[in-house]
Amino acid sequence: MQIPAAFDYARADSVEHALELLEQHGPESRLIAGGHSLLPMMKLRLARPEWLVDINDLHELDFISEDAEVLRIGALTRHATLLESDVIARLFAIITDAEHVIADPVVRNRGTIGGSLCQADPAEDLSTVCHVLSAEVVIRGRSGERTLSMADLHRGPYETAVAQDEILTEIRLPVRPRFGSAYEKVERRVGDWAIVAAGAAVSLAGDGSIEQARVGLTAVGLDSGTVTRAEEALRGGRPSEELFVEAARLAGEDCSPDSDQRGPVDYKRHLADELTRRVLRRACRRAAEQGAEQTCRLP
Amino acid sequence: MQIAMTVNGEQVTRDAEPRVLLVHFIREVLGLTGTHTGCDTSNCGVCVVLMDGKPVKSCTVLAAMAAGHDVRTVEGLAKNGTLDPVQQGFMEEHGLQCGFCTPGMMLTARALLDSNPHPDDHQIREAISGQICRCTGYATIVRSVHWAANHAAEEVPG
Repeated sequence: MQIPAAFDYARADSVEHALELLEQHGPESRLIAGGHSLLPMMKLRLARPEWLVDINDLHELDFISEDAEVLRIGALTRHATLLESDVIARLFAIITDAEHVIADPVVRNRGTIGGSLCQADPAEDLSTVCHVLSAEVVIRGRSGERTLSMADLHRGPYETAVAQDEILTEIRLPVRPRFGSAYEKVERRVGDWAIVAAGAAVSLAGDGSIEQARVGLTAVGLDSGTVTRAEEALRGGRPSEELFVEAARLAGEDCSPDSDQRGPVDYKRHLADELTRRVLRRACRRAAEQGAEQTCRLP
Repeated sequence: MQIAMTVNGEQVTRDAEPRVLLVHFIREVLGLTGTHTGCDTSNCGVCVVLMDGKPVKSCTVLAAMAAGHDVRTVEGLAKNGTLDPVQQGFMEEHGLQCGFCTPGMMLTARALLDSNPHPDDHQIREAISGQICRCTGYATIVRSVHWAANHAAEEVPG
């Protein structure tokens, strides 16, 4: 039977209150939201906080809000909410794709996007998704707020720029015209971490060529989160099978997977290549469809 | 610490350490042993209970986090001696053999039917995909949930 070591528990009723509690209880206090990473780590004594500050009552951080240029997602938004959101499916289908394969439906009722990003597990899907979407995150502390890029948030496996006495409050995703995105993962069984997963986001120029492209890979040892050479190969090109094959080849070459119980290196490179092709096809198709809809809506 | 929550419609308040998991609070503090413990790692799903109507793995929720919430366990499925259609369906369609996964399966089925009264095979399989059954191969569980969906409005014999 696995039970965490003893700790004290406090429940916060606002972001300010959570920050006060973190300050008051000092460096060995930790926030808990869904708890599906922290509690298993506490059972195994990989984490041993003296205080847990429960932020599940912070409904002010459970929102999805759309304006013309940015979609804002509250850090406490659950995976299940993201999966069911029509706004997300319309603007950022990559999130819907990923949420279908994150853990399982019961776990998705508890886990949150903010928790996923702060856990910074190298095999975690939403981290890749947010990198690919050029997300910014808002971090609040007692002295105020700061906004960071994903590259600045993630400092390495399980390590982020969020200090012990700070809280990640919001994820901001830029909304672009003629934009499409997609995610695909290969896992051993439902609910497992990825063997490899790939995400892509593209925006098309008026003439149908690729204006901007981002490609990301999960669980294959990418420090930067995205695959630069593949992105450069795509930029300015016209979406075509030849272009996708070339970009995917570069993605497969540029990742650095480890051999483990999920598979050998050559298999993972093969997956990185194949999955990159698939997500590029789907992202470009979605971008073209969104572009066509937007053109139709013009007066 | 004092932990107060609603369990199967009844308000309960008990003293428990903050580190007590919801599954242990239910089984050992409240004595409701219908909820099972399996893997301890939120993989197997035998500990599923409903919290505010949604299935959660109670091995990965602290009892303290469930305080103030509405928890429903397998003991709360039957009403006044009448089985829930989901329970009746598991009997009619042989949805269990050893019974270890059954409480969690039935609660997830109840939550699914509450939000989607007529799910198809795929939706049922998706809903229970976080829960493991090593006996049935899932086919009879899927049939049991269909049985419940088809008998929802009927008076179920007790």
